[in-house]
Amino acid sequence: MTILEKVSALLGEGAILEAGTDRVPRIAPGSPDAVALLLGTAHQEGWRVRIEGAGTWLQSDAPADLALTTRRLDRVPAIEPSDLTATAEAGIGLDQLRQQLADRGAWLAIDPPGLAGRTLGSVVATATAGPLRHAFGPIKDHLLGVTFVTGDGRMVQSGGRVMKNVAGYDLTRLQAGGFGAFGVIVLVHLRLRTLPRADITYVLEGAREDLTQIGEDIAAAGLTPAALELVSPALARRERWVLAVRLAGSPALVAADEAGLGAASGGGRFTPLRAEEAHAFWMRLAEGFSVRPVTFRIGGVPTASDELLDLLQHQLGDEWISASPAAGAIRWTGDTNIDRLQRLRRTLAGLEVPLTLERAPWPLRGAVGHFGAYREGVGPLVAGLRRTFDPGGALVVATEGS
Amino acid sequence: MSPHLASDLAAIVGSHHLREARAERVTYAMDGLPTHRRVPALVVLPGTREELIAVVRLLAAHGVPFVPRGAGTGLSGGALADEAAVLLVLTRLNRILRIDGDNRLAVVEPGVVNAKLGAAARPAGLQYAPDPSSQSACTIGGNVAENAGGPHCLKYGVTANHILALEVLLADGSLVEIGSPGGESWGPDLVGVFVGSEGNFGIATRITVRLTPLPRAVRTLLADFNGLRIAGEAVSAIIAAGIVPAALEMMDQSCICAVEDSVYAAGYPRDAAAVLLVEIDGRNGDAVVAETEVVTELLRKSGARSVRSAASEAERERLWQGRKKAFGAMGRLSRDLVVQDAVVPRSALPQVLETISTIAKHYGLVVSNVFHAGDGNLHPNISFDATDPVLKKKVEAASAEIMQACIAAGGTITGEHGVGIDKLRYMPLIFDAESLGAMHAVRRVFDPEERVNPGKVVPVHACREWISANPGAAPRGQPRAVA
Repeated sequence: MTILEKVSALLGEGAILEAGTDRVPRIAPGSPDAVALLLGTAHQEGWRVRIEGAGTWLQSDAPADLALTTRRLDRVPAIEPSDLTATAEAGIGLDQLRQQLADRGAWLAIDPPGLAGRTLGSVVATATAGPLRHAFGPIKDHLLGVTFVTGDGRMVQSGGRVMKNVAGYDLTRLQAGGFGAFGVIVLVHLRLRTLPRADITYVLEGAREDLTQIGEDIAAAGLTPAALELVSPALARRERWVLAVRLAGSPALVAADEAGLGAASGGGRFTPLRAEEAHAFWMRLAEGFSVRPVTFRIGGVPTASDELLDLLQHQLGDEWISASPAAGAIRWTGDTNIDRLQRLRRTLAGLEVPLTLERAPWPLRGAVGHFGAYREGVGPLVAGLRRTFDPGGALVVATEGS
Repeated sequence: MSPHLASDLAAIVGSHHLREARAERVTYAMDGLPTHRRVPALVVLPGTREELIAVVRLLAAHGVPFVPRGAGTGLSGGALADEAAVLLVLTRLNRILRIDGDNRLAVVEPGVVNAKLGAAARPAGLQYAPDPSSQSACTIGGNVAENAGGPHCLKYGVTANHILALEVLLADGSLVEIGSPGGESWGPDLVGVFVGSEGNFGIATRITVRLTPLPRAVRTLLADFNGLRIAGEAVSAIIAAGIVPAALEMMDQSCICAVEDSVYAAGYPRDAAAVLLVEIDGRNGDAVVAETEVVTELLRKSGARSVRSAASEAERERLWQGRKKAFGAMGRLSRDLVVQDAVVPRSALPQVLETISTIAKHYGLVVSNVFHAGDGNLHPNISFDATDPVLKKKVEAASAEIMQACIAAGGTITGEHGVGIDKLRYMPLIFDAESLGAMHAVRRVFDPEERVNPGKVVPVHACREWISANPGAAPRGQPRAVA
């Protein structure tokens, strides 16, 4: 029997989708149990499996015997506005989830890079936070629990559905940003916020160093923006760098911060964006990171932001960059090669700054790896965790590179 | 255990910092929970990181299990060692190594007391936000092990949200550096996995914490209610309005009276069925004033008999002292106190509180509630006399019923105190054998010999591997039957 025949017998014809350009069979299990069945079989048969969501973020090009896509896991079993929690399957598109939450007055305060239909599971597995990380933290801070399937088909629950939980080890945080190396996320329990009653974005163009200073002044003045993002001209499609300030929350909070913004900007004139302009601005920013072939993030301390931006421009050129200086997070997208990326990672490691490769064509990510330049003792732990959750090595994930 | 071990340990830390006599070791037989008691084989108090490393390497060479312990304020029996294990008390590793105000971080040793870190950060206009009630005694290392919370975690997050990087000493004596000062990890988020692992993965020898700006404006409100249910509904109304108070705490009448009878009397109305302590803070004074007005109105509309705002810092401190010292005040009610910990969805609070009251009546026990209402994190406290075996059994049975009620409401068995020994038996109620097996396997990646804090967190006999290997054995780790 071929792989497709076996899968068909296992999950039914409906689970087999049209293959991509590399002709790797694409399988879409319709339930978490079906994912477990498929991975259990893959483990026994020795099949190599790559994990996909909607196929809009990470390139679908890893060498594998089959591609497991979560796109049919698109149910939202629970939205509890009064508890500000929700449970969603991993394959639901963020745009659909956002709409369902908004209809109930709830908000998932994340704005990851990528297209609007990117799946929740993809965002969690890659821990790709966007500008809202400034106020609401990294992706892991929005998770109450996950259910995942290991590379040998075991279904594991971690965390729960309540706001605080220290029962057992926190395997949720292992999955958030694990790039699927420790299993396939099938169900996510989310921490929500009330849909902001006021939400306004201001932008200011200028020289990078001036905008950096204004950003620091805003923080020093006690303003509490939801996002404070520095965007390169190429990414913002403007003449100069842009500092975008998003104020979101209760009307009282937003009104007070608006009043303080002018004073904190040292005479710089912030321009308010109309609601549709603001939506388009943030959407364009997010989508920009899925257009170019390579995207990575680095995380340094806030006072190193300027130096790190200089380093990126010097080593890789002035490409598309978005930075949240106060959070110490910088994301770069553009075109580069293996040597330059490995050299950059080594340089950054010397500055105590990790580089996480978020997306790249397989030849590059296979060589460079999502992770690398581990600190003392980390490599054996990561290898041990991979063996624990994928004993047969069924999941094709470029954790450390070759 | 080798007869030379004690002398070898003394050679590392000095004989003054080794406790061999039983009378001395008994001092460490309990933590903050009076229902579990174990006497360690030896107690070692290393004074430096280097001494600690040498001690752990010596124990590794001898294959001896050990239990790391901070101030011993935990409430799950998590820091207890039995006669087969050595207790490593880390309170002498209490140096704040660095405070970096510009980057809002601090690097500390594990024995630094939570409140002392807060005090050290204050001159830089910063705070260490997690504030467990024991913060005047508990250590940052213990907070990391337990993923400690506290009243102000509603807005600022729990310990896991404030740890950037760790140097970890594994059971085999090797050192691992995880996380980075900027918060991005070198690979998978091992800091996130380590925090809350209850000492099962190793010892955090250097801890880099995130500091947050001190609020510039604070308003503290005390609202009192005729019923627990309406107080719970007021909590929901505030959250639904999109306002996240810094803290949203509830106390029931039993707790109110215990506090008011004590030296911590805060002026809570004794005739109230419940009080809510609500704190709104922020960096923008105008916003805090405006949000306080909204919250005050919501409390009134929700049925508060009165809403009082602390008029001075002294009054605010008094209101908070009553809340934070409530556990101590309950010491007046009886000889012993079990501080329970569970979490339920916020909307289930009123119903679960009524169920707890019914359970208390059924067993004839005094249960006082003081808890983090904004998070749905309950602390039902059972007052009793642990020398009375009948009463002790009733307390255990009532605790089990309370846990089962919280789980039935969609909740969990612990929000901030940890599993330790105390809640091992409840773990199979919320995790299946496969999930427990996965946790056990992760522990073995960090500590293959299972020598650090053995017998805690994961009930091994309920894991898939054990059940598969012992098909005829009765499953263990289940809660005891309720009379």
